[in-house]
Amino acid sequence: MIRLAMMAAMVLAAVPASAQDAQVVKSAVLRVDLANKLPPISRLDLAPENMGFDGALLAIDDNQTTGRFMGQDFVNENVLVPVATLEAAPQAAVAEMERLIADGVGFIVSMADAETTLAMADAAGDRALIINAIAPEDSLRNEECRANMLHVAPSRAMTTDALAQFLLWKKWTDWFLIYGSHPDDIELAEAYRRTARKFGAKIVEERVFEDTGGARRTDTGHVQVQKAIPVFTQRAEGHQVVVAADETGYFAAYLPYQTWDPRPVVGSAGLRAVTWHPAQEAWGAPQFQNRFEDLAGRYMRPEDYQVWLSLRVLGEAATRTQSTEYQVLKDFILGPEFEVAGFKGQKLTFRPWDGQLRQPILLTGPRVLVSVSPQEEFIHQVTRLDTLGTDQPETGCQIER
Amino acid sequence: MLKLLAPMLIALGLPAQAYTIYVSNEKGNTITVIDSETLEVTATIDAGQRPRGITISPDGTELYVCASDDDLVRVFDTATLEEKHTLPSGPDPELFILHPSGNPLYIANEDDNLVTVTDVHTHTILAEIPVGVEPEGMGISPDGSVVVNTSETTNMAHFINTETFEIFQNTLVDQRPRFAQYTADGSLLFVSAEIGGTVSVIDPSNGEILHKISFDVPNVVPEALQPVGVRVTSDGKKIFVALGPANRVALINGETFEVEKYLLVGQRVWQLAFDPDEKYLYTTNGNSNDISVIDVEAEKVIKSIQVGQQPWGVVVSPN
Repeated sequence: MIRLAMMAAMVLAAVPASAQDAQVVKSAVLRVDLANKLPPISRLDLAPENMGFDGALLAIDDNQTTGRFMGQDFVNENVLVPVATLEAAPQAAVAEMERLIADGVGFIVSMADAETTLAMADAAGDRALIINAIAPEDSLRNEECRANMLHVAPSRAMTTDALAQFLLWKKWTDWFLIYGSHPDDIELAEAYRRTARKFGAKIVEERVFEDTGGARRTDTGHVQVQKAIPVFTQRAEGHQVVVAADETGYFAAYLPYQTWDPRPVVGSAGLRAVTWHPAQEAWGAPQFQNRFEDLAGRYMRPEDYQVWLSLRVLGEAATRTQSTEYQVLKDFILGPEFEVAGFKGQKLTFRPWDGQLRQPILLTGPRVLVSVSPQEEFIHQVTRLDTLGTDQPETGCQIER
Repeated sequence: MLKLLAPMLIALGLPAQAYTIYVSNEKGNTITVIDSETLEVTATIDAGQRPRGITISPDGTELYVCASDDDLVRVFDTATLEEKHTLPSGPDPELFILHPSGNPLYIANEDDNLVTVTDVHTHTILAEIPVGVEPEGMGISPDGSVVVNTSETTNMAHFINTETFEIFQNTLVDQRPRFAQYTADGSLLFVSAEIGGTVSVIDPSNGEILHKISFDVPNVVPEALQPVGVRVTSDGKKIFVALGPANRVALINGETFEVEKYLLVGQRVWQLAFDPDEKYLYTTNGNSNDISVIDVEAEKVIKSIQVGQQPWGVVVSPN
């Protein structure tokens, strides 16, 4: 408390005279929550109430420390949009967004599905910059890209490429792909097929794990799992690794240790490609983890990290340009001068051709960091980070920014 | 007596005086002690949990080590290599700097957004100064009147008056500033930005950035060029910058600020230290568990010496 008071006093004394009228930089995080969403199969994966929003609180704290010295005041509103069905989400989110824009908010972080994020970008036009913090769809970075939409969330292709590079480094080239029956799972499976072609791995066999409904969690459910998974995975073509594509999250966690052949599981369980993990300690991360945990009373999730990073992008752009103008911020963020640090050991920048943030992807086991991609052996003429996801020559994004 | 002896030795053509090099090993939890004449390891001592920042008193009798995970500074007697006592440091001390007079110690508390000022004689905390997010780099003006702290997430160099303990000036630099170093005459301040990949040359009198040094090494990806430790010869002519995972130390002309040479050292080079004659510069190479020895005059790497696990900081005795 005393320290906080001292901080405030110091800050006031440090503000330059010319910046007495602080420039207000307004942002919002808009999170769409679907009612009656099925629970995850592990209670460790239950979504915390303030998922993402806590990342925003930390980002604003961080932005404020620089902002106060520079005469800028960062104000963020966390907005929850509850919807009964996914179909209702775009309209509800756009209505909230209109209210925010009318209130002078020009920077909106979207925690919503792809369709809703796209609807917001289309409705906002050049009145607001939309930052996609969670939707992984590759289509948003390609044929459905928008001039006012940036992506801090990695695309599916980035995460599957990140995993594939490690598997190839291990010389685990023969994959047994098991994917879910929901559209997102099928999309993810397709991303693995593209990745395998890109890096020369072989998918020796594919199986679909049908979602037949039923409760996600039952008492002593493991008894049946122990019997069902070996049967489901038996007599697969010879493979070195099981690749699980389960974006829905209803079966992959059952695979490790239960497969017929003793093979490691990667993808949606086992070794996972993520933007953040609470065990990440490299590149100065412990202090960042501690600050978040002090604030939120829980570990940081990838969603929190992605929202934090989205607002740090705004903080950097606003601080360096001393502007709150949409066009100035957008041009700077997509320009050659922009860079932001994200506890990943190198500067993060945006791909100007599709608005995707370049970023190293963490490969983590349940307890510790296993590796970080891009792997050193995958070289690139511009930056190794562009070996992950859609590179400029292949982009399907054809817009004038 | 010693003063008389030193010129005699030089006159007789004997090798330069032997100094002692101390290296903190972050993962090994040890200090490696090396003789500068033989360049051999003479001792390894326990340093507590996660030793990082390391410095020595002007008279060479006391060695100070940030034991980051013990939340204190350990003080070793350099004659016996025994721990004498500890100093309160505030939580998670990482890097510190000693006042040119030998007291007090200014310590960056990375986890708490503070700079702690500790009296090395009375073993008490004199002040806690709130700074930006994740304070790390610590520099002090040669006259001891200004301490500079860099904060890694706020991306600023904070100028602190050592009389009042108040920040009177801030300079926005590039991403993740790691280290601050004044020239011996106090006219310039260098601040390295690890993620930004630059070293800002700052006029400390007004906080203005005069120049930004950037790096370019053939066949090294730009994102690996991560400047951390900075040292400048006392004549201001040669600036050395450790480039982290680029495994090189850049040699920069102190007048033109142009990079003249990249010296290949060990892996993930972070911190640097001269010996008092500025004959050699020592580099800590965290990922190859060694230090490299650079001949300052010849501008060449002459040797590498195996130390403990993940060497972090280095200091050379003044005598």
